[in-house]
Amino acid sequence: MDKIKPTFSKGGKLGFLGSTFEAFETFLFVPNTTTTKGAHIRDCNDMKRTMIVVVVALLPAFLFGCYNTGLFAGLAGFQAFLYGLVRILPMVCVSYIVGLAIEFGFAQARGHEVNEGFLVTGLLIPMIFPVSTPLWMVGLSTAFAVVFGKEVFGGTGMNVFNPALLARAFAFFAYTPSMSGETVWYSNWTMMGAPVDTVSGATALEQFATRATMDFSPLDAFLGFIPGSFGETSTLCILIGAAILLYTGVASWRTMVSVFVGGLAMGLLFNWIGASVDTAALDPEKDASLLAMVTYMKEIPAWWHLLVGGFAFGAVFMATDPVTSAQTNKGKYIVGFVIGAMAILIRVVNPAYPEGMMLSILFANALAPLVDYFVVESNISRRKKRFKLAK
Amino acid sequence: MSKQEKEPLFSAKNMKYLTGPFSANNPVIVQILGICSSLAVTVQLKPAIVMALSVTVVTGFSNLVMSLMRNGVPSRIRIIVQLVVIAALVILVDQILKAFVYDVSKQLSVYVGLIITNCIVMGRVEAFALANKPWPAFLDGIGNGLGYGMILVIIAFFRELFGSGTLYGFRVIPESWYMSEGGFYSNCGMMLFPPMALIIVGCIIWVHRSRNKDLQEK
Repeated sequence: MDKIKPTFSKGGKLGFLGSTFEAFETFLFVPNTTTTKGAHIRDCNDMKRTMIVVVVALLPAFLFGCYNTGLFAGLAGFQAFLYGLVRILPMVCVSYIVGLAIEFGFAQARGHEVNEGFLVTGLLIPMIFPVSTPLWMVGLSTAFAVVFGKEVFGGTGMNVFNPALLARAFAFFAYTPSMSGETVWYSNWTMMGAPVDTVSGATALEQFATRATMDFSPLDAFLGFIPGSFGETSTLCILIGAAILLYTGVASWRTMVSVFVGGLAMGLLFNWIGASVDTAALDPEKDASLLAMVTYMKEIPAWWHLLVGGFAFGAVFMATDPVTSAQTNKGKYIVGFVIGAMAILIRVVNPAYPEGMMLSILFANALAPLVDYFVVESNISRRKKRFKLAK
Repeated sequence: MSKQEKEPLFSAKNMKYLTGPFSANNPVIVQILGICSSLAVTVQLKPAIVMALSVTVVTGFSNLVMSLMRNGVPSRIRIIVQLVVIAALVILVDQILKAFVYDVSKQLSVYVGLIITNCIVMGRVEAFALANKPWPAFLDGIGNGLGYGMILVIIAFFRELFGSGTLYGFRVIPESWYMSEGGFYSNCGMMLFPPMALIIVGCIIWVHRSRNKDLQEK
């Protein structure tokens, strides 16, 4: 390794591939340089190791996603798991290849080091897409998210929005029929003897929105045996991931907890509103949409919301993104609460979007710098006051 | 005085007024004017082209008229005079569109009337016509209208191609490619929304700036 290094450094034969080389070197080996000046956190982890922790935390949900996909394709046991794994692998590959190619290209053109943020994003993207999304759509959405969500702002660490969610938002608005509905959640591949085209069914949230109930027991929803985007279904596996993130201190518990609190608070508020509205006074024909909304509010217990859809996944892996979330501790509470509350608000009040988690996190991403600004400002003014008193 | 009058109609200086706004001084991507309508009317090529021509006519003639009147209008009331001139021209254009291309006029709906508020028109009158002779002013107006139109057509080209799979109403992407027909392709619904038009404007600016290094801000 050290022998071929000069070839790639400045002036060497392949000097123009410098950042590519650097990226692979630090990816495969622990860097042999240490920080020499300034105050840094004294820890042997560099950013690549931090990102790997997140990838590890994602694994339980990922593996369960494989199993669940196979299960819905009519298989059982290990075969189901294998089916799901084979089914999802092309999507993972596409997302990594497209994203990393763009990332390497930009880093090379600017002479930066390649940043490691995409290790996580590349795995997140397949996990929040329906399993049967065509690969070119995944590729295109990834490209859009990386270029417009990240590179135009200056690369990893400068992005305003979570790139993985941006990819999903792009696909959701651009190719709505492939991103929602009744059939997209199931794999359509025949292999290993899986029957094809036999299953279809709405997700729990779509059932909420249309019928104000769900066909699944809350336990199934918690364990994850429900249709949904690939990695989002099992709240249990996501919580295992959350435990890993919190134990290693990679993600902020403040954001996570306040997202759940926000969601629960909003759900309870809606429960209370739904129960106190006099439905008999509404005209079933004229106020049909209003009636549906009130029924939704009344019939769905607040805690169900936390189990279904992407709520838990978003709270644990998306809202806690250190770049796009708030930086201050107080800001984290506020932003987390807004995410949770807004997600439930969108789910319940807007029938066009049965799932509100994606939109609410993107909104909160845009809001986070403002929240930070006010938190810092209020801190400054409080200290000024204290200073005056002391004088 | 006499020297200027002898200047040929299409001298290099005059041509610069006409062609400057195409690239180096483009109203949309360099002056960042007229963004609103370039997002609104560019879902398809046909309305975009009609809009481009309408705006060109209005900028050209409003510049000409205001330049002719520039010495007679007190500067305190110039804005209202400009508005009257521009509004009259816009109404003229609107009536012509209604008479000859009614379906496109329907598609453009309020945006023809809103040419009045297009920043390019008033901007060029204020910045150029009031201080220049009629002929250069006219060329400047036409040039700016065409520069604006060029961007409109580029945006509309991409939006129509990827959003509906057609160009100027003709099918470009074969029907058999579509998912509903058993193919693999699907239109990008995002292209039908104005936000995507803004992103395309951004991309055009990106490409333009990277080719013209002198325009890059520090």
